[in-house]
Amino acid sequence: MNTNEKSGFAKFIDSFGLPRLIITAFLLLLLVACPFVGADLPTQISNIISRFSWNGVLVLAMVPMVHSGCGLNFGLPLGIISGLLGATLSIEFGFTGPISFVMAILISTPFALVLGSGYGWLLNRIKGGEMMIATYVGFSSVSLMCMMWLVLPYKSPNMVWGLAGKGLRTTISLEGYYNQVLAKFLAIKIGNFTFPTGTILFFAALALAMWAFLHTKTGTAMTAVGSNPVFARAAGINVNRIRLLSVIMSTWLAAIGILVYQQGFGFVQLYMAPFYMALPAVSAILIGGASVNKATITNVIIGTILFQGIVTMTPTVMNNMIHMDMSEVIRIIVSNGMILYALTRKTEAAT
Amino acid sequence: MNTNAKKREKAGAFLRQSSVPIMFVIICAVCIPISGLSPSYLINEIVTRMGRNVFLILSLLIPIMAGMGLNFGMTLGAMAGEIALILVSDWQIVGIPGMVLAMIFSVPFSILLGWFCGKILNMARGREMITSYIISYFINGVYQLVVLYLMGSVIPIRHGSIKLPRGYGIRNTVSLLNMRQKLDNLIPLTIAGVKIPVMTFIVIGVLCLVIIWFRRTKLGQDMRAVGQDMQVARDAGINVERTRIISIIISTVLAGIGMVIYLQNMGNIATYSSHSQIGMFCIAALLVGGASVDKASIGNVFLGVILFHTMFIVAPKAGAAITGDSMIGEYFRVFVSYAVITVALVMYETQKRKRKSLEGQKLAQAQKGEQNKGQKEENEA
Repeated sequence: MNTNEKSGFAKFIDSFGLPRLIITAFLLLLLVACPFVGADLPTQISNIISRFSWNGVLVLAMVPMVHSGCGLNFGLPLGIISGLLGATLSIEFGFTGPISFVMAILISTPFALVLGSGYGWLLNRIKGGEMMIATYVGFSSVSLMCMMWLVLPYKSPNMVWGLAGKGLRTTISLEGYYNQVLAKFLAIKIGNFTFPTGTILFFAALALAMWAFLHTKTGTAMTAVGSNPVFARAAGINVNRIRLLSVIMSTWLAAIGILVYQQGFGFVQLYMAPFYMALPAVSAILIGGASVNKATITNVIIGTILFQGIVTMTPTVMNNMIHMDMSEVIRIIVSNGMILYALTRKTEAAT
Repeated sequence: MNTNAKKREKAGAFLRQSSVPIMFVIICAVCIPISGLSPSYLINEIVTRMGRNVFLILSLLIPIMAGMGLNFGMTLGAMAGEIALILVSDWQIVGIPGMVLAMIFSVPFSILLGWFCGKILNMARGREMITSYIISYFINGVYQLVVLYLMGSVIPIRHGSIKLPRGYGIRNTVSLLNMRQKLDNLIPLTIAGVKIPVMTFIVIGVLCLVIIWFRRTKLGQDMRAVGQDMQVARDAGINVERTRIISIIISTVLAGIGMVIYLQNMGNIATYSSHSQIGMFCIAALLVGGASVDKASIGNVFLGVILFHTMFIVAPKAGAAITGDSMIGEYFRVFVSYAVITVALVMYETQKRKRKSLEGQKLAQAQKGEQNKGQKEENEA
């Protein structure tokens, strides 16, 4: 009986993954410790939820490419750049309020489609080496755009440097544009606890759409391509076309994701800011239980909550407990450790 | 006719291989006159930067030989070198003895980190580069934990000048004034206004000889065999895993020593950022010199350092002269570094695929031939 139980527990650990278990336990510990160190639990939880709502879509953007066997999308910055173009152009064209958010999405879409197809075409030519090249495609596009932000003829006084009258600022305030536009929609407030209903609904709609898509014919084909490309080809699926589609979807979701992030955060961050945005999203989905070639919507939700939970909780709790702000170091070690763990698992991506 | 075609093919292959260096020569040729920098200043800068960087870049060669691609994990060695330097400067050992001690002291750290890196890379075969890249981030976290929290609280640090005011952790910059350019100036030599760091170049020369010698040793041959085909190497009785780990350890140790040389030239340690970009710049320089992911020579290193750093020096000035904004040039050189690595990676992967499909075709043909032969024999029978 006892041995049976043990093997059941071992099995549970196996399926859940030891690192994930440790991270969950750590987060629970932080939550329990919260009242003892004098931090306000409702504030903390509402922080976690709102940060989840900012980042959810960016993490969701990982799903299509993982499904089609392109691996983790380290090239997320490319999609983020489309989003930034949408955001800045929407402001430049003089849209304000909630309309500016809708316009930002609309304007960023064609950029995401074009950049995504170029990116997908490239990834189709280098099957097997996607992740490394994706990383560097992201990096080079961010540094190229650094020059572009300076050179492009933006005029709006809210965005350009005051003195020179040209060149975009590093951070642009969204006050008067789409700051909190989703978060304030139907927001529920109980004391210190705020629930950003609009953002959560927006994320839920996209997640549901993604879930539904993965159950359509094309979606199943995508999963087939990811799990066994040879079989997929034999079944008459155009592997390259499906992969291209997945990359475009991922890029577009990244563009939407950064806009959602901005509306929560309240600022557009340009220049080097998109540089390291891929890593948190990648590690979030991995913490949620995804692997290099398998990911579900549940992984996205659990992963984002766990990751953002640790990111928001460690500074406050640790600070109060040992008067040492180790949160940054913990974040680096946990997120990169998680990526390493996933990369070393023996889930051979078939080439 | 046939030889002509062959010649043309050879020339084409040469052009393709050296397209990146040629492009850089053109960029430099355009930017140098625009930047308006004097030749003597330029040459001085380039010679200094050669002394500073070549040793670090040479550390990348051995993993490439072993077929493990560009070792983004060389950052690990750089961190080991920094830790050793911090400790040595706390012990107030100055000048050349301090440097030598730091080099020696960095070795155990490097070996440990290199072993860890090699172990993990063996678990992630086929995606070594992305894994070594993430390892460098991961160990950076551990490094920060050690330097920012453990040094001064657990690891004794005596001198207040390198400690943060709060009592533990290391300051953002650690001055190496007592070691500054001690190696470079050990044998002073100035030719036509150009200061030459003779001793550093001698050390680099020795390392080049060691690498050439190493290639001929049994271990070096084993590494090449592993790099060519792991399966064949294993069948030949080579311990593939061990060989790969050793190649990473050697690379990390060299990077650690290289970092000490790099920092003695700079004269201070930027504790939390010195190492973060070093891997990227070294790899970009190597690739600019015409190396690829699976093939790199000492010549590539030197050509790469000269071209890459010429671009690095002139780009901001040239950018400022053209657009009136110095930031453009700064961003341009960062962009070029990343773009070079991207292009090299893409070229490597496409060639790998091409080779694979070619091999597949050959195999299919051979099988077909055998089948035909078999059928013929059957018919004859």
